[in-house]
Amino acid sequence: MDRKIRVLVAKPGLDGHDRGAKVIARALRDAGMEVVYTGLRQTAEMIVSAAVQEDVDAVGLSVLSGAHMHYFRQVVAGLREKGADDVLVFGGGIVPDQDLPELESLGVGRVFGPGASTDEVVAYLREAVAHRSAQRS
Amino acid sequence: MKPKSRWLEEEYAEATRSLPERDVPFETLSGIPVEPLYTQEDLEGFDPERDLGYPGSFPYTRGVRASMYRGRLWTMRMFAGFGTAEQTNERFKKLLAAGQTGLSTAFDLPTLMGYDSDHPMALGEVGKCGVAVSSLADMEVLFDGIDPEQVTTSMTINSPANAVWAMYLAMAERRGADLRKVGGTIQNDILKEFIAQKEYIFPPRPSVDLVIDTFEWGPKHAPRFNFVSVSGYHIREAGSTAVQELAFTLADGIHYVRKALERGLDVDEFAPRVSFFFNVHNDFFEEIAKFRAARRIWARQMRDVFGAKDPRSWMLRTHAQTAGVSLTAQQPLVNVARVAIQALAGVLGGTNSLHTDSFDEALALPTEEAATLALRTQQVIAHETGVTNTVDPLAGSYYVESLTNEMERRALEYFRRIDELGGVEAAIEEGFFAREIGDASWRYQREVDDKRRIVVGVNDYVQDHPEVPIQLVDPSVAEVQKERLARVRRERDQAKARAALAELEAAAREGRNTMPAFMACAHAYCTLGEQMDVLRQVFGVYQEPVLI
Repeated sequence: MDRKIRVLVAKPGLDGHDRGAKVIARALRDAGMEVVYTGLRQTAEMIVSAAVQEDVDAVGLSVLSGAHMHYFRQVVAGLREKGADDVLVFGGGIVPDQDLPELESLGVGRVFGPGASTDEVVAYLREAVAHRSAQRS
Repeated sequence: MKPKSRWLEEEYAEATRSLPERDVPFETLSGIPVEPLYTQEDLEGFDPERDLGYPGSFPYTRGVRASMYRGRLWTMRMFAGFGTAEQTNERFKKLLAAGQTGLSTAFDLPTLMGYDSDHPMALGEVGKCGVAVSSLADMEVLFDGIDPEQVTTSMTINSPANAVWAMYLAMAERRGADLRKVGGTIQNDILKEFIAQKEYIFPPRPSVDLVIDTFEWGPKHAPRFNFVSVSGYHIREAGSTAVQELAFTLADGIHYVRKALERGLDVDEFAPRVSFFFNVHNDFFEEIAKFRAARRIWARQMRDVFGAKDPRSWMLRTHAQTAGVSLTAQQPLVNVARVAIQALAGVLGGTNSLHTDSFDEALALPTEEAATLALRTQQVIAHETGVTNTVDPLAGSYYVESLTNEMERRALEYFRRIDELGGVEAAIEEGFFAREIGDASWRYQREVDDKRRIVVGVNDYVQDHPEVPIQLVDPSVAEVQKERLARVRRERDQAKARAALAELEAAAREGRNTMPAFMACAHAYCTLGEQMDVLRQVFGVYQEPVLI
């Protein structure tokens, strides 16, 4: 019996726009995933710590403030430091196309911009998490 | 003429037998069912004198001025800000040169959250979504070459509003301006932060007290300044319906009035300077009806419930902004069409001030070209469409008047529910707004994902588009700010700064009006972070309950 996919939805930094994060959290939950949402104003340390503590498969960062490069870098590095680099880091928000290649090179998965459907995000996570656990075993 | 019900059963049914209605939901964005036709019958019981009136007269359904745009166009006030004060000052001047008639300031997240640019929490965020302002020194650069007696300035600032307003006024005073002539607006609407935008620092109780300090101090010291802009824009952007936006905004306004009265203030002293800020979203007629209903509801509350005597206390004056959340990253040029239609709705709704979003809204901060185009959109409406030739042209429309009535009815129903919970602050703690907004935004997302609601370019008419240049923020802004802050802290009169901060703490602890202390802090070049840290010590910081 496959265990449920566990996802941490996180709002790093000062940005308080949580409409998207909450809709995604609800969609993932409806799709049968276990969702942890730690609320606003999380530091990278808090996110990494929660990810490890909750033993999640994926961490989704929601950033609309323009500070995405900073936070993705910190969270990816933080997870690696804790030996949790098998955790998928993905995200959403306002991230210019030109920043996507650098994020990809950091090992970040998909970043969903405005207009992404919740079905797309669910499908992506199911596939990406299954792919990763297949790689591990 | 046969009654509408029979026409629907006969001719209309006949017509839809051969040509069935399209399979789309015929309802407004709020979910109000829309009928195929509206007639005189839908206005049964409508009393033009009681419900409509003349513009510039109670209940102001038709507008707050008798002549509205025939006398003066709405203020074209484009929200702007990024990077350093120098960079934003330049953008301010370009927009003024392009014909905008008022300034509107966007601050970065550290400033909005009461952190100096060199605070650890500010890392990665300085200047990214607005201008960094950490002290009077930044404010002086931000408004360099701009006369605060000649131009009105709006500042979108909430938790630290008292401190930032004081910096603006101190800047004006140091230029020799007469504060009685300095006009503008501070958003300063902390209730909607707890409800929607989430840029709160302290818990609700002391936060509201800080707002009421401005209600008390403002009319005496800066009588041309609107010390609050009670906002629905953010509530709407967070996912509420138009009805919720209308109801929650006015409920917040009512709450502030109650608190000010509890403090012993005279309603006619502060009410004339209470202003509002609404969203203008996609459902054209619903938005127009929303503005008209808002004015009528507010007028009735102020005169008949609060007993205000001065007609200026009854008037709902409002800024409006086209809905950022409705704009798409896909085929961004299509946003020009959306914004034009939304702006037109705002004008037909009688807004007093308007910001039009740039087409690159969903991608990044506006480029100069995109912001200019958005401003030109307002100018086209003002000068080329003829809609400004007469006041409230849609009055008397069976649909618009019915919708205005319906929105008022539904808003009043929300007032009842909020009062039953014990008022706005109690409703916030109970999670009422979080649930309403969360459910509405979930419903909307499902409608779009299921293609019951079409968003052009996103779930239909999808097509690749050429890349659009975006506004970049120079990353050196954080370094510039760090140096400037170091210089400010080094060069100011340390004793004066310490004394001002001590007085702020004392005023806060003793429950006295904090504005005089904020003014002293501004003049003494106390930084924003220093002032907010004092208050964090006194009031504590707020953690909202996590509700999905």
